[in-house]
Amino acid sequence: MPGADLIALGISLRLALITTALLIVLCTPLAWWLGMGQSRLRVGIDALVSLPLVLPPTVLGFYLLVLLGPRGVLGAGLKALGLPSPAFSFSGLVIGSLVYSLPFVVQPLRDAFASIGPRTLEAAATLGASPRDRFFAVAIPLARRGYLTAAVLAFAHTLGEFGVVFMIGGNIPGRTRTASMAIFDHAEQLDYAAADRLSLTLLGLCLLLLLGVYGANRQWRVAALSA
Amino acid sequence: MTLALRVAGTRARFHFDFRCELPTRGITAVFGRSGAGKTTLLRAIAGLERIPGAELRFEDTVWQDAHGFVAPHQRAIGYVFQEPSLFPHLDVRGNLEFGLRRRRPEARRLTLEEGVALLDLESLLTRRPQALSGGERQRVAIARALLASPRLLLLDEPLSSLDIGARTTILGHLERLRERLGIPMIYVTHELREVMRLGDHLLLIEAGEVRAAGALQALLTRPDLPFAGFEESGSVLDAIHESQDREFQLSQLRIAAGRLAVSLRELPAGARLRVRIEARDVSIALDPPLRTSILNVLPARVLDLQPDRDPARMWVRLALGPDVLLASITRRSAVGLGLAPGTPVYAQIKSAALME
Repeated sequence: MPGADLIALGISLRLALITTALLIVLCTPLAWWLGMGQSRLRVGIDALVSLPLVLPPTVLGFYLLVLLGPRGVLGAGLKALGLPSPAFSFSGLVIGSLVYSLPFVVQPLRDAFASIGPRTLEAAATLGASPRDRFFAVAIPLARRGYLTAAVLAFAHTLGEFGVVFMIGGNIPGRTRTASMAIFDHAEQLDYAAADRLSLTLLGLCLLLLLGVYGANRQWRVAALSA
Repeated sequence: MTLALRVAGTRARFHFDFRCELPTRGITAVFGRSGAGKTTLLRAIAGLERIPGAELRFEDTVWQDAHGFVAPHQRAIGYVFQEPSLFPHLDVRGNLEFGLRRRRPEARRLTLEEGVALLDLESLLTRRPQALSGGERQRVAIARALLASPRLLLLDEPLSSLDIGARTTILGHLERLRERLGIPMIYVTHELREVMRLGDHLLLIEAGEVRAAGALQALLTRPDLPFAGFEESGSVLDAIHESQDREFQLSQLRIAAGRLAVSLRELPAGARLRVRIEARDVSIALDPPLRTSILNVLPARVLDLQPDRDPARMWVRLALGPDVLLASITRRSAVGLGLAPGTPVYAQIKSAALME
């Protein structure tokens, strides 16, 4: 595989890893609130969080570009603070991926928290566990399958995204060109062999990930049923 | 020492206003129909339900008043839910240790081994909750609550989701706990049998209000309370198994006012029991009956007489030593015998059922 492709693959993996890690941390409180809370705002927030699922990625990417570009509301603000504009940079890719993959993390976590039910947590409370203790000793372990699903979906989804990162990253080789953009470039230049190589690599990677998840899920289920 | 409470409010169009003071020793049975508000009251006591304006004081600790609210995890309570709510990600040992570990070692009143032995969990320790029967789960849930060394154990219809066999087993365990641990319990139920078997005190709840509160015996024998309408209406006496008479297949029990003979039971001498005597199985004589088939005749004194809904019958409450025995006799007999408060009589007990 030529060096440029390896670099693109490296950027993709780094992006997917960072995005996944950030999303898991950022979405946990949001998913907790959506899964456990009683606020009337939930329906609206739920819909808003799911928006990236139905929005065309180019639309999302376009708005992010407008927002984050040097003349955008956020971009200009950052510039005023002496910070570089995230447009056409790796940080821009991360921001775009965070938005784009948000529902893939929030939804499994929300469902995992909601399925715990209030009584299990109440039982923990009566046994002397503080809210924080209940969260870490009961909720997180019980939501572990949700976390695994969320992490894998976010990782794979970020790895494969195209429209958003294309719009906001600008496909700059060595900086913002990801593997999926490299495949697009190869195909456009009719270099099908190179496109095939990279596509196959991504395909294999995604398949491996899913195998890992289903394997782990199965093991947990078996462990839970036997014993 | 008491648990003083005033819990009032509205939940889903259901109004409730509970005010009472419960003793913090023995088992207080909270009895009432489904929907009377028993669970709401218990959840408020636990702090799982935060009722605005409620006031709760447990012994010398204020749990809730106008100035503050103590969160459930700081109340030192145990709570056994109707459905055993074990942690599915932990095995039985992990579940039992959950509360134990969250207690400072010097505040622990029970070791894991003691908790395990009290509820016969030895063979279950490495099992997962999903692999247990309903009765086994509830036993684990009770042990788990006890191992957190609570100052008060709250039980919300802990037997209602179980089959008869499991209920009998767990009732036996709860009796053992009452005898050995001396931890106060509040036991919510809509089964009168459970009240009679376990209760020392009784809180009768009706439509969101306290209808009556007091010692179990005194309340059960009060004809103005709805217990008299139940088939099992009657008195409940504490007894000790004294001896067995193999020839006639009888067991001799000691109650406060004397002895009672019942059908033979395979129980060790000294075992504590509860006996239920239905009001219709008690008849009254002014003289000691000499030649009678009735084995159990005990001297007693009339406390009071009250009319029954059935105009032909009367309720008579008898003092049997410190115990109260309820008799249901015809009005004609009451008039014919000239019964009045203070009259010395003989209570003839036709049958006494052991509660087990």
